[in-house]
Amino acid sequence: MTLAVSILPEQQLAVLNAAYHQAVSRRRLRLLLGVVVFAAALVLAGFGAEVNLRTLFTYFGNFVSYFDRILTLDSGQRVWTDIGEWFWGLRKWLRMLGETLLISYVGTLIGATFAFCLNFFAAENTSPSPWLRFVVRRLLEFARTVPGIVFALIFVIAFGLGPMAGVLAIAIHSTGALGKLFSEIVENADMKPVEGIRSTGASWLSCMRFAIVPQVTAGYASYALLRFEINVREASVMGFVGAGGIGQELVVAIRKFYYSDVSAILLTIIVTVFIIDISTGWLRGRLFGREART
Amino acid sequence: MTEPQEVDTRELRARYPDVFDRPASARLAMPAMIVAAFAILVYGLVDLDFSPSRFFSGLSQLGWISVMMIPPDPGSSLPVYLKALGETLSIALLGTTLAALFALPVSLLAARNIVPSNILRFPVRRFLDSIRGVDTLIWALVWINVVGLGPFAGVLAIAVSDFGAFGKLFSEAIEGADQKQVEGIRASGGSALHEIRFGLLPQVLPVIAGQVLYFIESNTRSATIIGIVGAGGIGLQLAEQIRVLEWQKVSFLILMILVAVAAIDFVSSKLRFAIIGRRAVA
Repeated sequence: MTLAVSILPEQQLAVLNAAYHQAVSRRRLRLLLGVVVFAAALVLAGFGAEVNLRTLFTYFGNFVSYFDRILTLDSGQRVWTDIGEWFWGLRKWLRMLGETLLISYVGTLIGATFAFCLNFFAAENTSPSPWLRFVVRRLLEFARTVPGIVFALIFVIAFGLGPMAGVLAIAIHSTGALGKLFSEIVENADMKPVEGIRSTGASWLSCMRFAIVPQVTAGYASYALLRFEINVREASVMGFVGAGGIGQELVVAIRKFYYSDVSAILLTIIVTVFIIDISTGWLRGRLFGREART
Repeated sequence: MTEPQEVDTRELRARYPDVFDRPASARLAMPAMIVAAFAILVYGLVDLDFSPSRFFSGLSQLGWISVMMIPPDPGSSLPVYLKALGETLSIALLGTTLAALFALPVSLLAARNIVPSNILRFPVRRFLDSIRGVDTLIWALVWINVVGLGPFAGVLAIAVSDFGAFGKLFSEAIEGADQKQVEGIRASGGSALHEIRFGLLPQVLPVIAGQVLYFIESNTRSATIIGIVGAGGIGLQLAEQIRVLEWQKVSFLILMILVAVAAIDFVSSKLRFAIIGRRAVA
């Protein structure tokens, strides 16, 4: 069996080819334009950020040797040759790490509670009045957009140095983030139970309690756990501004060039974050099945 | 009209024992969890020095601070602040781009369909994970030690910490790509590099572009923060003004950050829709 490839007549082919080239060249031109604009923005940004490649090349050795130094003990040996010496402050660091975990736990719980109270006012389908929804939404947006550490800086001045400022900063930031996610869950909830409850003459509060809450608790808990994970990372740097936790130790070690301490503290933080990630993942899987993991 | 039937509860109980008598473990699990959560909360509040008197005196302080913040007023340093804002945006853009450039080749090594060997892939993944486990602020502190104070340290900090995140996200995008096109290239005699260039990249690039844009957006926020430890940008100004208690300037700076973030959000969501179409944006 022979196959014949049909070839179009010359004229038709030329027209089609021209159309193809035109289409492709237009797309290429647009891509080129995009690339040029992007490159121009990069160059502009390079001036804005005072990028100095010579500094980078001169000091890049420092970056590599920095890691060499944080992996060397005062005695000049590698850190893993003497674990006891490397982790000499383990007891203290573990206590600070515990404090960090507590900060993120308490902050997440307070934030989740506030978000729970506020989100029914922010959701499209349950809010009692439009202007209330507008106000609550703007409030949540504000709490979410201002970075947690900026709140911490201000709270350290208002509430004094210590973990309290960190807890409150994390609580406010979590309220903003969770409030938005929670209200999105409520917006996806089925409204038929609400109508059923309302038809019995129940108040708005009872409608929320008996029609909405049973539908959404699983989603709430899942997001709250996810938030806890994020807050553990966030709490580990709260100490940079004096708001408690392991960050305090770390910033002192980095600023005062206690090299082996830096690597030891970093390693404990990384391991803790791993453990928290894995265990909350496991907990979410246990509580809500695979689907609820997003 | 039918008469309401007598319900024989005893028979129902016998038929569905699980519904009527839930085991004690199932009934007690929820209250136990709530009690435990509450107990940890109380312990935490005590351990972290929460006292009502401290809380309320702090709250009244905070009230004073908010009163002093009004009205927001930059004083005479508006040009300085605008320059700092430009610095912050530059840090976000450059840092993200650098991270994406370096992460693309590494993410190929971490993708299952490119590097099938577990032994090769595992260390790459753990390496990316541990980079991600360290916060941007910590990287900023490290880079300040290396290249000195200033925005350049910020660029490098964002580049490194995003490198970890991008490596993971890109490799997931690559693993999700359709293998048929790759096989098609292979069938027509293409080399491994051809497979990646013509089979994979056209599928993956729009996804990656969307992620990069999203990160530029979220890095505008991170870039405002890293100034607090001395890595340039508007955060530096903000931290300074908070330390010298110039509250009107502080509120002005916060407003500036909010407006800038909203503007970047708007632009990048427009761009993302243009690149990958409305539906593909999750």
